[in-house]
Amino acid sequence: MEFFLVQTLNGISYGLLLFMLSSGLTLVFSLMGVLNFAHASFYMLGAYFAYQISIKIGFWPALVLAPALVGAIGMLIERWGLRQVHKHGHVAELLFTFGLAYLIEEAVHLVWGRSAVDYRIPPDLDGPLFTIFTSQYPTYRGFMMLVSIAMLVSIWLALTRTRIGLVIQAALTHPQTVEALGHNVPRVFMLVFGGGTALAGLAGVIGGNAFVTEPGMAASVGPIIFVIVVVGGMGSLAGAFIASLLIGCMQTFAVALDWNLVAGIKMSQVAPVLPYLLMVLLLIFRPTGLMGTREG
Amino acid sequence: MRYEPLNLGRWLIWGAMALVFLVAPLVFSGGFALTMLIQMGTMIIFALSYNMLLGQGGMLSFGHAVYSGLGAFLSVHALNLIGKGAFPFPVTLLPLIGGLSGMAFGILFGYVTTRRAGTTFALISLGIGEMVFACVLMFPGFFGGEAGVSTNRVVGQPFLGVTYGPAIQVYYLVAVWCFLSIIAMFALTQTPLGRMANAVRDTPERAEFVGYDTQKVRFIQLVLASFFAGVSGALSCINFEIVSAENVSAIRSGGVLIATYIGGVPFFLGPILGAIVFIFFVVALSGFTKAWLLYLGLFFVTMVLYAPGGIASLLLMQIPLIRARRLRELAVPYALAAGAGLIAMVGLIGIVEMVYRLSEQGASTVLNVFGMSFDARTTPPWIGFALVLAAGIVALRYASRLVGERWGAIQHDLLARQA
Amino acid sequence: MRGNFIRASALGIAAALISFGAWAQTIKVAYIDPLSGPFANVGEQGLAEFRFAVERINASGILGKEKLEVVPFDNKVSPQESLNQLKRVIDQNIRYITQGNSSAVAGALIEAVNRHNERNPGKEILYLNYAAVDPAFTNEKCSFWHFRFDANADMKMESLTTYMAGQKNIKKVYLLNQDYSFGQAVKKAAREMLARKRPDVQIVGDDLHPLGQVKDFAPYIAKIKQSGADSVITGNWGNDMSLLVKAGKEAGLSVDWYTYYAGGLGTPTAMGEAAAGKVKIIAEYHSNVANNKAAKWDADYRKQAPKGNPDFYFLRGKIMWEMFARAIAQAKSAEPKAVALALEGMKYQGDLGEVEMRKSDHQLIQPLYVLTLVKSAAKGGPKEAKIDMEGSGLAPVTDARMEGFTSAVPTSCQMKRP
Repeated sequence: MEFFLVQTLNGISYGLLLFMLSSGLTLVFSLMGVLNFAHASFYMLGAYFAYQISIKIGFWPALVLAPALVGAIGMLIERWGLRQVHKHGHVAELLFTFGLAYLIEEAVHLVWGRSAVDYRIPPDLDGPLFTIFTSQYPTYRGFMMLVSIAMLVSIWLALTRTRIGLVIQAALTHPQTVEALGHNVPRVFMLVFGGGTALAGLAGVIGGNAFVTEPGMAASVGPIIFVIVVVGGMGSLAGAFIASLLIGCMQTFAVALDWNLVAGIKMSQVAPVLPYLLMVLLLIFRPTGLMGTREG
Repeated sequence: MRYEPLNLGRWLIWGAMALVFLVAPLVFSGGFALTMLIQMGTMIIFALSYNMLLGQGGMLSFGHAVYSGLGAFLSVHALNLIGKGAFPFPVTLLPLIGGLSGMAFGILFGYVTTRRAGTTFALISLGIGEMVFACVLMFPGFFGGEAGVSTNRVVGQPFLGVTYGPAIQVYYLVAVWCFLSIIAMFALTQTPLGRMANAVRDTPERAEFVGYDTQKVRFIQLVLASFFAGVSGALSCINFEIVSAENVSAIRSGGVLIATYIGGVPFFLGPILGAIVFIFFVVALSGFTKAWLLYLGLFFVTMVLYAPGGIASLLLMQIPLIRARRLRELAVPYALAAGAGLIAMVGLIGIVEMVYRLSEQGASTVLNVFGMSFDARTTPPWIGFALVLAAGIVALRYASRLVGERWGAIQHDLLARQA
Repeated sequence: MRGNFIRASALGIAAALISFGAWAQTIKVAYIDPLSGPFANVGEQGLAEFRFAVERINASGILGKEKLEVVPFDNKVSPQESLNQLKRVIDQNIRYITQGNSSAVAGALIEAVNRHNERNPGKEILYLNYAAVDPAFTNEKCSFWHFRFDANADMKMESLTTYMAGQKNIKKVYLLNQDYSFGQAVKKAAREMLARKRPDVQIVGDDLHPLGQVKDFAPYIAKIKQSGADSVITGNWGNDMSLLVKAGKEAGLSVDWYTYYAGGLGTPTAMGEAAAGKVKIIAEYHSNVANNKAAKWDADYRKQAPKGNPDFYFLRGKIMWEMFARAIAQAKSAEPKAVALALEGMKYQGDLGEVEMRKSDHQLIQPLYVLTLVKSAAKGGPKEAKIDMEGSGLAPVTDARMEGFTSAVPTSCQMKRP
């Protein structure tokens, strides 16, 4: 029972972190049609900025400043890079962000070196939150869940309840009309892209110290968040939320169970490969993903 | 801007290409130069096969190394069986085994990946690539684990004195396979299937409307492409005599994408140029500077931003001018642009090299670049190179505007004359 | 187009050849390790230490007028790229190579060197391996042209389990390893050796996870906790190591970690205080070792070491260069074959006791240490924890010294000598 409870909490908190990572990507994709291949690189930048800020002025300012910085960089890249290639189509945009991922990684190597940096969990959030029977549950994991849920709620509110959110939604389907109404559509897109990267930056602030802040962190989470976006259904925020939780729990319980699969291979051995298998199966039986409506 | 080869020109091009293949190792005969040529040959096949997806079929794949890598793994096992005498088969035809096994995996994975097009296809191919990479490490019995599977290509009876021991013999093996693959892939673009692939890429709805199953067309195209990927995998297995997990890695898949794109996706000959430039960056340039990865990344992003047709488009743009004998009018603007580009590059290289030197542990901060010696910890070189870079960029903007104007004017003339 | 690119590179190589030709008096050793890309820091560390060692040896005059020189070649930790670099080494007439990172690369290099030496008699190349630990290289794949200066994975496990056998409080052990050849070898050796030395110890869990794919280790930690293990043996390295220890600390898991590579580059920093008192490492050297004759060397190295990474890590590298120089002096020749013959069977008084290059398999037999990472003296740890790792506040202290014979496992090598 204790084991089951702990594993469930682990699964949910990992799933929520995955959601934090994939929400920005999904948002940008659903609103602009751009698949940002460098999304995980912005996650990495968020972690490094947070590290730099937290050793200078502390973790709490970093929680606000680092995502803002990442978002600003995202906006600059949209303005001076992405907008240039927009005329060549979505494949060109995707390739641009693909090249960008290479460049960001090299830049991180140059600025912060090639090994891990000592980005720590702040003392206020260190230590156990509560104890389930004999197992401690860390405070920081609770904090991660809290931030993630707060993020989900505020994105939803911002998109459906604010003026700018409605303009963004309208700009997606009827750019000419929105333009005619006097809104600056390119600027809306710039804001959306900046917002998406800022969300990745926020995930970096939270994830960087929970895990390890090092130059390979972008490449290691990249593929999994793309899987989430596909499984959830391209561009569906709700789908991404369900897919994140599903994959988080699935991986956690696969590790926990010592089932023997074929030829002496244990379930726990294949745990990290399961999301990809899930993706393949889903595409065979439901090609649009869980909540997807559009064909890629 | 489509390139339409003349018939006579086509024969000339093929002849010249065969001649280049024949003569190249006589000009560059060093051991290292030869390995580079061999790798260029393998990469050309790989990049062309990738372009069957991206260029001809509009499928952006992030996992193409799966097919070449798995083809290489099966070839290496076949080669080991040949070595044990358990499987009488000429080494010369080993790429066929690689190709067929690449194709088999193409059928298996392609069935899933080609169900979708566009961005989703790209993501699924990435996922399949990750999955295959993880599995390769998980089953060391077949894939040799981290160390990979090694082999010896000198097996069986020498045929007409050919043992494939010396690198030059491997070169000619690669050259022949490369030449044949180029012809075969070019021929494929001329078939109804090749044309259908283009239609599915450009207007899938219309293609469907005329009665073609777009999914099937993508599937067949991917299966054929994975055959050639497998051929290149087998050739790299013969060249290196080792196949390991890196053969199926995301780095390889990303590499072939970059190579193909910088060469030029819209043109058949683009990937050939791209493969040559890419191998030059990875194999040769990395011997001179640690910043090769950054240069390659910058080059790629620059191409995406300013020359989406790749190197091939820049070259082929000149053809109508040459035909009209008006290239000379552009000589001055081109010279200006080249000069400006060189100046900008000097500034950029200077700054990049200084940054790398400062980030490198324990290295002296004194650099020798462009015949000058200076210390990266002092400010004057930074200001100097920054000024050079800025001047170069300003000049480049001016020169490229000039080139654009002149080129546009001539183009306008030519069109007017045609009409 | 094609011609220009190749010609440019050919010119570059020619220029390199000419500049090398001017130094006829130097014996060059090609250093083939990652110098760009994600693992460049590992390669740079070795290069900096080797350059320091070579400078010292040249100054000592043991080679008379001849000088050693390290020539770096970037292999990007790819086996195939390493073979490209080997071609370049051969083109430049360099006769010695040294490499350490990744057994995959080492395996490819051994095969390639064997083939080259067979096909080009009189132009042999000798391979000095300072860190690739796959046991096969000094067993079934052993070669006359390969010398290993690091204890292999089985030898380290032999010493580690001998130490563990003496720890009576160890009752339940959990094995967690990366799912690839090295991790699987660690798992197998640990099971076999523990069963032999401490049959009463229970192995309560045995997991393999894909290499570098796990982002969240919390589920593994919950599993270890449920199993009631008091010790975990793991061959994990890099992020798989640091994430594991951090996740353990977060969940309040109290076990001892028996590891190979937790002292590796960047890992102490990434683990941080989570590791203090919990993480044990098997290694041939650490900076706080007792009766350390290399202490001055270590201190001198630190003085001029790159700021980002001050640690002196490879004592075996120092020993390798010293033995290599002595072999050249003894053979009175820089011919690889003569040097190899002088090197095999050589006994050498190292800084921490005598070491021997075993003749039968070219494996260096050397004393090893079991050490624990603790808070450094500056942060309130014990006073022998003087020097910390990477400025992380974690410092190594000795638990036990394991003499060379404890790890000298027999070899199955049947060496073919030229």
